[in-house]
Amino acid sequence: MTGSQTPSAPPASGPTLTGAQSLVRSLEEVGADVVFGIPGGAILPAYDPLYDSTKVRHILVRHEQGAGHAAEGFAQATGRVGVCMATSGPGATNLVTPIADAYMDSVPIVAITGQVGRPMIGTDAFQEADISGITLPITKHNFLVQSAADIPQAIAEAFHLAATGRPGPVLVDLPKDVLQESATFHWPPRLDLPGYRPVTRPHGKQIREAARLIAGARRPVLYVGGGVLKGRATAELRRLAELTGIPVVTTLMARGAFPDSHRQHLGMPGMHGSVSAVTALQKSDLLIALGTRFDDRVTGRLETFAPHAAVIHADIDPAEIGKNRIADVPIVGDVREVLIELIPAVEAEYATDHRADLTGWWRQIDQWRDTYPLGYAEPTDGTLAPQYVIERLGKIAGPETIFAAGVGQHQMWAAQFIQYENPYTWLNSGGAGTMGYSVPAAMGAKVGCPDKLVWAIDGDGCFQMTNQELATCAIEGIPIKVAVINNGNLGMVRQWQTLFYDERYSQTDLGTHKHRIPDFVKLADALGCVGLRCESKAEVDETIEKAMAIDDVPVVVDFTVGKDAMVWPMVAAGASNDDIQAARDLRPTFDSEE
Amino acid sequence: MSTHTLSVLVENKPGVLTRVAGLFARRGFNIESLAVGPTEHAEISRITILVSVEGSALEQVTKQLNKLVNVLKIVELEPTQAVQRELLLVKVRADEASRRDVLQIVELFKAKVADVGPEALTVELTGRPDKLEAMLNMLEPYGIREMVQSGMVALGRGPRSMTQAALRSVERSA
Repeated sequence: MTGSQTPSAPPASGPTLTGAQSLVRSLEEVGADVVFGIPGGAILPAYDPLYDSTKVRHILVRHEQGAGHAAEGFAQATGRVGVCMATSGPGATNLVTPIADAYMDSVPIVAITGQVGRPMIGTDAFQEADISGITLPITKHNFLVQSAADIPQAIAEAFHLAATGRPGPVLVDLPKDVLQESATFHWPPRLDLPGYRPVTRPHGKQIREAARLIAGARRPVLYVGGGVLKGRATAELRRLAELTGIPVVTTLMARGAFPDSHRQHLGMPGMHGSVSAVTALQKSDLLIALGTRFDDRVTGRLETFAPHAAVIHADIDPAEIGKNRIADVPIVGDVREVLIELIPAVEAEYATDHRADLTGWWRQIDQWRDTYPLGYAEPTDGTLAPQYVIERLGKIAGPETIFAAGVGQHQMWAAQFIQYENPYTWLNSGGAGTMGYSVPAAMGAKVGCPDKLVWAIDGDGCFQMTNQELATCAIEGIPIKVAVINNGNLGMVRQWQTLFYDERYSQTDLGTHKHRIPDFVKLADALGCVGLRCESKAEVDETIEKAMAIDDVPVVVDFTVGKDAMVWPMVAAGASNDDIQAARDLRPTFDSEE
Repeated sequence: MSTHTLSVLVENKPGVLTRVAGLFARRGFNIESLAVGPTEHAEISRITILVSVEGSALEQVTKQLNKLVNVLKIVELEPTQAVQRELLLVKVRADEASRRDVLQIVELFKAKVADVGPEALTVELTGRPDKLEAMLNMLEPYGIREMVQSGMVALGRGPRSMTQAALRSVERSA
């Protein structure tokens, strides 16, 4: 990373390089040591100097979507910018889904695409697509580079934009003739981003006001979002939580930001959150919202969300503050800097004997926790409970393991039944809800953290969208493990059909049980992986241990589970969080409170 | 719903107008009028946008606009604190019989005749939207053949310059 903007003019002389060479040199200079991609016509010139680079490792994926999610997994696991590369036209449009995913979840990635030559742009040339136009609404920024001399600056700016402020995806589109022409190479280039000035330092007055509210609140909750992970502020969060004794909830994007084993942690809020987390927010008198955006999956029906709470909202993106919920104390700034200033400010309040007693609040919370703990019912039809598989996987793999989930029931169970003790151990597609995320994201995470154990937790629907990247993993030596929670159905959709469509199961049976098509064990074998199958509770531990014992090739485990298990608790879409159901037809009663 | 005038300074780069217009469209904000043009600095353009929104939505649209990397500065111009102008060209039927009456209206509004022919006049008028509308109402009975109207442009009253302030912050951050 170039870090700061360099005011000095570039030196008058430098080596003469082609645009393609300049691109590879620029990637080396910004420290991008891994690129996930697939070559093709328009990007071909770039692949020639890449062939010689000793600093940039290119990983040849099987589909550009895999390259994009791998870049995301790499970025989310390491905190560094992930890079993906594709050719023009369909290569570039195949990146659209992961770019949109990265935009929704604020993941720093840089996508590099080839484009048809400048004279061909706008002529509907072969493999031409206006990818900068297409990605306009789903990138933090993008560039269509017009000359080879501009490449170093575009790459440096792209990495700077992706990584700083609210992180996000940036696309750099490079016409083929720009890659082929020559220009003088200068490094470091001058960053020319006059309109880009993210505010990181919080306002002192707002900090003092926040501290005053925190000290005085009787039912406060720390509502923690993914920004706390992105902002590397988990240690500071823990200090504030332990200083104040305030309960903590971590959103789907923030799992791992605060240890699940910590007494003050109530778990995940939202549509499938724990009763205690959801209810604590509902009954709260003060939300301390940190790096979070009041997403509809957290708030339920917005008008009835946390109706008695004042709101302190700290975020690096000013547009998130007040977007869904008015903030009483808005704080624009980097969440780590906010916490660093907030801690002494709260201490100063306490020093003047301003400190509300939270004993009654905790008594209530503990009662909710004891009465409505997270749990699941054993299937009565003798099938394997998917929740049990995931719970055991979490226990046996341990808290250092990185888990990357797909989207659906298995994702929610993985968020609920695995104990996350460390930051950056939980990767998933939260905002976009992209099925197919997990296998390539796990691949990217494993490349970024080769010494860590990486488990993809996938559904049989998701797995069939992107499992071809296991070929990449097998050939490139990326030994991830995949737990396919195979219930034979598009499980979450089926759950909604059970609850809201009179059990009319339209187009949700994938046939992975009925016909065993595909046979995931044979598929794993064909992709150069070890394939295992587990169909009963008794085999779960030994199968996981068998998978754990293999560390030289990727492993796929087909956990054949029952199709009727459902994700609980649940707040139905559009309903109020007050109407949370702890299990089917079980509405918690809160009579004993207040 | 109320109408607000936003004066937006942007980098003079290809595609910036698309970024701004696209943002309004996808976030569901309605543009009533839009005008783009150069400023006294070659590297900066000014976009004047009339947007009709609910009270708190204006803040959201401004914040979202500010996130565009090419946007340098946004100021909301209060109608009473700004000079606001639109340009109207209107081709109105005017023959031997009616020409004198039409010319009288043109004079009344201090408009100009930009083109004359035996059957029609093209009238040019600059002013606030209500003035333009008033003249159009007067001309209507004579027969409007065609017309074109620019988006509104506006500058804050008094000696202060928003470009200068933007330029200073650009230099600081460079």
